[in-house]
Amino acid sequence: MSNKAVPNADKKVEAPVACAGSHASAPINSALSNEGKIELHRKMVRIRRFEERSLRAYQSKKIGGFLHLYIGQEAVAVGCCSLMGPNDHVITAYRDHAHAIAVGMDTKALMAELYGKITGCSKGKGGSMHYFAPSLNYWGGHGIVGGQIPLGTGLAYAVKYRKLKGAAMAFMGDGAVNQGAVHEAYNLAALWNLPVVFVVENNGYSMGTSQDRSSAGPGLAQRAEAYGMNWGTCFGHDVYEVRATMDKFLTLAREKNLPSVVEIDTYRYRGHSVADPDKTYRTKEEIEEYRRTKDPIQVYQAALLKEGVLTDALVEQINTEAVNESELAAEFAEMSPFPTVDDIQKDVYWEVDNPSQRTSKGRLFFD
Amino acid sequence: MAVLTYREAIRAALAEELTRDENVVLMGEEVAQFNGAYKVSEGLLEKFGPDRIVDTPISEAGFIGMGVGASMLGIRPVMELMFWSFYSVAFDQILNNAANVRYMSGGLINCPIVIRGPANGGTNVGATHSHTPENVLANHPGVKVIVPATARDAKGLLKSAIRDNDPCFFLENTILYGEKGEVPDTEELIPLGLADVKRTGTDLTIVTYGRCVLHSLAAAEVLEKDHDISVEVVDLRTIRPLDFDTVLASVKKTHRVLIVEEQKPFASVGSQLAYMIQREAFDELDGPIHRLATIDAPAIYSPPVETEQLPNVPRVIKAALAAVA
Repeated sequence: MSNKAVPNADKKVEAPVACAGSHASAPINSALSNEGKIELHRKMVRIRRFEERSLRAYQSKKIGGFLHLYIGQEAVAVGCCSLMGPNDHVITAYRDHAHAIAVGMDTKALMAELYGKITGCSKGKGGSMHYFAPSLNYWGGHGIVGGQIPLGTGLAYAVKYRKLKGAAMAFMGDGAVNQGAVHEAYNLAALWNLPVVFVVENNGYSMGTSQDRSSAGPGLAQRAEAYGMNWGTCFGHDVYEVRATMDKFLTLAREKNLPSVVEIDTYRYRGHSVADPDKTYRTKEEIEEYRRTKDPIQVYQAALLKEGVLTDALVEQINTEAVNESELAAEFAEMSPFPTVDDIQKDVYWEVDNPSQRTSKGRLFFD
Repeated sequence: MAVLTYREAIRAALAEELTRDENVVLMGEEVAQFNGAYKVSEGLLEKFGPDRIVDTPISEAGFIGMGVGASMLGIRPVMELMFWSFYSVAFDQILNNAANVRYMSGGLINCPIVIRGPANGGTNVGATHSHTPENVLANHPGVKVIVPATARDAKGLLKSAIRDNDPCFFLENTILYGEKGEVPDTEELIPLGLADVKRTGTDLTIVTYGRCVLHSLAAAEVLEKDHDISVEVVDLRTIRPLDFDTVLASVKKTHRVLIVEEQKPFASVGSQLAYMIQREAFDELDGPIHRLATIDAPAIYSPPVETEQLPNVPRVIKAALAAVA
């Protein structure tokens, strides 16, 4: 186990200007035990350390393709997913590492997937953008902007059809709101009263194009009004606020089958993907300003220290454990074998993978 | 055996599967209150109610994607496209999401969806409404593609498709909806991927599927009577999985092959078949593999000319004579 080089993305800075607190007293938050509060912090730290470790692996050319990091947005995924009940479901786009960890996926399998190893959560067949864990009600991990939103609506349809009390959270970025499939899904959800909360994680930029340059109208969530849906906005640097806001809309979905759109203001510190030069559309100062004043881990950490829930020693311990976990994940990924050429044609057809139950005849593969 | 139209046979398959499994739902534009744009679903709303037979807005990307999502949780949606031609506005949902989700999840997620509707030319509706995308669909590993020619096949294959755990794309034909055929009174499940020799012969194998089966059978009668040529007609019924063994057995018997398909010729189903036949039965062939396809242009509107753009009985006869020359 390596215990060196504690990354410094959330190094001690001056007390963040934004502070959690006003939403700490919301019932959904005041109901949290101290351990529950610490767990939210721990998840955010684990996500960040995991992603920082994955970035190093990417830079060492251990990871192929794209790597879309969530660093800076952690309170959104952690806050939302912390509210999941047994019949709640989550689906998101390609910036999907945080949601995966937030729902409880094993970071070893996640890192191994990035490395393209057979021990990865998708056996090395999906990669960074395609994490899935149906057993944890996590339905991906989807690569096409907005393409997952009709699927999320279908999860809600299935929950309602089965007469279960649950809801789907369908996450998208601010770049997805102009896709036709998203609007078609909004219409269906509102038309049929489906229990879905559409979560727009607005980090300000669809790749390198700012909201001003891509989206008409007064705001992204307000578009819900056109479909007669409820909508709301909140800040995404405060996990308490995310939870308080989302609890309200999830309750409407679960209890009354009312869909909604919630726009959560957030920010990513890294480029759209790691390969993104990240210098053409925003300034370094802008990034530093957010990090200095609204870093979600720092904001929440300061709140918990003030509440007396966290201590400096515990902060240190959680961070060290998260660093160790990410190192172990990387070691596991490194040690794991790649899939073989023989694995390429597995997991294509259910029938091929379950030959004793095959009913069809004929050739399913061609050369 | 009962005599049913192709339309009635599909409706019977839907009704039987809706009765058997409460996870089956039928969704699409005008399927419920309107009784179906082509009346395939007539009466199903009354019988099964609005939770099972669901009218959708004109919103293919939305409702097909919704069906894909619901299928991931074990619902078995049968999604009607009023025309398969409209698949293009739901392409991402059909061929990125439905086709790939099992693979990208390392086999963790199944997508037991059926997407069905007519895919044919010949009704003078112009290029936008006359697509036959079975080759495009079958190009995507993970999916199954079914193109039935008769009422019996339509019923037995649709029932199998609804029970299948992989995404199944079922391509019907508006011109066939009124065609009558015998359908067994007892339940029949026809396995996907099983071709059917619709006519036996010794001189020429016609490999075909869909409405072209009917053209080929009619042409075979003329070829027998007027030209003393004995034609075997192999109906593929399913494009993927593909029953190539039946094709090979016929080629080994007749040694001459004509492929007939309502497809644009470039990279068509026939292109794939021709490759496979030459690769696996080269020494059996007494001549080059011939193919009759749609004349290579967008579907023309002009009614008498569209008939000539598509395979038809005289064109099949002409192509068959060339293949045995």
